[in-house]
Amino acid sequence: MFTDFFYTLKRRGVPVSMTEWMTLMEALSRGFIANLDDFYYLARAILVKSEAHYDYYDVAFQEYFKGVEAPAEITGQILDWLKDPINRMTLGKEERALFDEMDLEELMKEFEKRLAEQTEQHDGGGHWIGRGGTSPFGHSGYHPAGIRIGGESGGRHAIQVAQERKFKNYRSDLVLDVRQIKLALRGLRQLSRIGLEDELDLERTIDATAKNAGDIEMVWRRSRKNAVKVLLLMDVGGSMNPFARLCSRLFSAANSASHFKDFEYFYFHNCIYDYLYTDVERSEAVSTSYILNTFEPDYKVFLVGDARMATSELLSKYGAIYYYEQNEAPGLVRLKQVAEHFTHCVWLNPEELHFWNHPTVLMVGKLFPMFELTLEGLNQAVKKLIVKK
Amino acid sequence: MTGNSDFDQFKGSSDYIVSENLKDAVNVSIALKRPLLVRGEPGTGKTLLAHSITAGLGKRLIIWNIKSTTKAQEGLYVYDTVQRLNDSRFGDRDVSDIKQYIKPGKLGEAFSSPERVVLLIDEIDKADLEFPNDLLNELDEMSFYIPETGETITAVYRPVMIITSNAEKELPDAFLRRCVFHFIEFPDTEMMEKIIRVHFPDIQQNLLRQALKTFYTLREIDDFRKKPSTAELIDWISALIASGISHEQITKEVPFVGTLLKKETDYSYFMNAVLNKRMNAYGIKWRD
Repeated sequence: MFTDFFYTLKRRGVPVSMTEWMTLMEALSRGFIANLDDFYYLARAILVKSEAHYDYYDVAFQEYFKGVEAPAEITGQILDWLKDPINRMTLGKEERALFDEMDLEELMKEFEKRLAEQTEQHDGGGHWIGRGGTSPFGHSGYHPAGIRIGGESGGRHAIQVAQERKFKNYRSDLVLDVRQIKLALRGLRQLSRIGLEDELDLERTIDATAKNAGDIEMVWRRSRKNAVKVLLLMDVGGSMNPFARLCSRLFSAANSASHFKDFEYFYFHNCIYDYLYTDVERSEAVSTSYILNTFEPDYKVFLVGDARMATSELLSKYGAIYYYEQNEAPGLVRLKQVAEHFTHCVWLNPEELHFWNHPTVLMVGKLFPMFELTLEGLNQAVKKLIVKK
Repeated sequence: MTGNSDFDQFKGSSDYIVSENLKDAVNVSIALKRPLLVRGEPGTGKTLLAHSITAGLGKRLIIWNIKSTTKAQEGLYVYDTVQRLNDSRFGDRDVSDIKQYIKPGKLGEAFSSPERVVLLIDEIDKADLEFPNDLLNELDEMSFYIPETGETITAVYRPVMIITSNAEKELPDAFLRRCVFHFIEFPDTEMMEKIIRVHFPDIQQNLLRQALKTFYTLREIDDFRKKPSTAELIDWISALIASGISHEQITKEVPFVGTLLKKETDYSYFMNAVLNKRMNAYGIKWRD
């Protein structure tokens, strides 16, 4: 049954809802499509709402419509078949309201019942496309006038388009993408009344006016804005190289998030010593004590790094991996200063949790609450950063 | 799609090249009376699409530009309390007539228009996360209620709605369910040639080919923070034409690279790469 396509999509990870499915049925019933190519694009426009899901759709489409490789045109017969039950599906307003009240299970049952009212044209049930060699898709190359397959797609058939899977790179489960990071960072919000008094305080205006014997007295107040300031400290180079791309995503998400009051960032290598750097090449240095002196403690601090180094790098004087750093204070002392100065700090570790059993990682983890640099971890970290202390 | 006359309403316009499946998506959204959500890289012509639809259908276009501070309510109407309060003090106008202090927003304007209009809600993702949700009911019912006057504004003609988004963040599911969605892919060379020809009908074939070749090579560099897109390409080509540079010259270097690369980091990355290449040619190693 055609409804299977709905389930195939769902199983393949396209979040289709009944509302969208009904919309598709409405579109079909109005005869918008002439062949499978049209169907591919029509169904995609209505059912899929993110390019991140285009690939899931392609996979589902292939799975469901497999066996109709070459002749992608739907014959007149199958078109009629399609239109027929669907026409009955065109719902009136009241009917739709009724449908809205039903839950999904019921709705699907109702849907199938309606479709079942005409099974004659369907070959055996179970699948829209006939099995056992009774595929209703003809080979006759049927092309009713007015059908367009050309244009940009250059006459390629839907199945082939689906097989190309050119939206593979947009899948969101592959990596943490900038959008997801941004969404997670949106949680970093503390509204407070700051800035210019640009909002009319109606309550107090009325009060003041009444006290003023009816002569109008306007009272203004500051509007609510996000007061969160963010400081991002990133480990670059060395063991962090494999995570460079992930870290740069985090950076660009944070950098372009417009809702922070302030966003500052510095780089370090392996551990924070006497200096932090404003560039990835670590050529422009700023002294760590200067940062601790000039940044207010209410900055929310993200430290990003694998925290994996030789113990001497963390614990010894002059332990920095680069001899010219000549750090007077051991890295751990510096980290402790950071942790003590700022009230809200988190450490994001791009390495997976089960690699954290390493002396320096454990030590750093004692100073800063450590989270994995994943969507889950980032969300937890953000929660940690906004708790009141 | 089919020769259904109430379906094939939008056929594109002469100054905007539209892909077949985008055209279909537009028509589906018009026929089903659902908003069309268009997403794609910046510079792929999302906003221009609305202009093209307007021209193609011969309707009026109402644009609602969304900013980070835009609230859903502003799109419906604004009740100018301050003006009313002020008038009550000086007795300039009849303050008991609240109607004159109700100013329609863009959505209100589209609803009350005596003819069908095209409404473009541009860059919806710029607003607060909750913004689209606040509009759900109004978009569904195509009407809203003004408590101050007890009026209900109902759309005379359902506007054709185009909503653009830069894919910066996820839009709420409930909102998405009501839309027809299209993702504008970055045009391939063939398509791009057509687009360029719309803008520069007299461009030399050699120049166009070479420019496109350079452009797509640049786009393949993944390390750019912002890859050059159609809008930048058009700027670049008009600079090339204006300066009268020959196509042979473009094979050797990229003149006016500033029109293509807008971010400082991208620009310096590119310059380094060029320098590297030149030094390699002389057998000098630039950096390890």
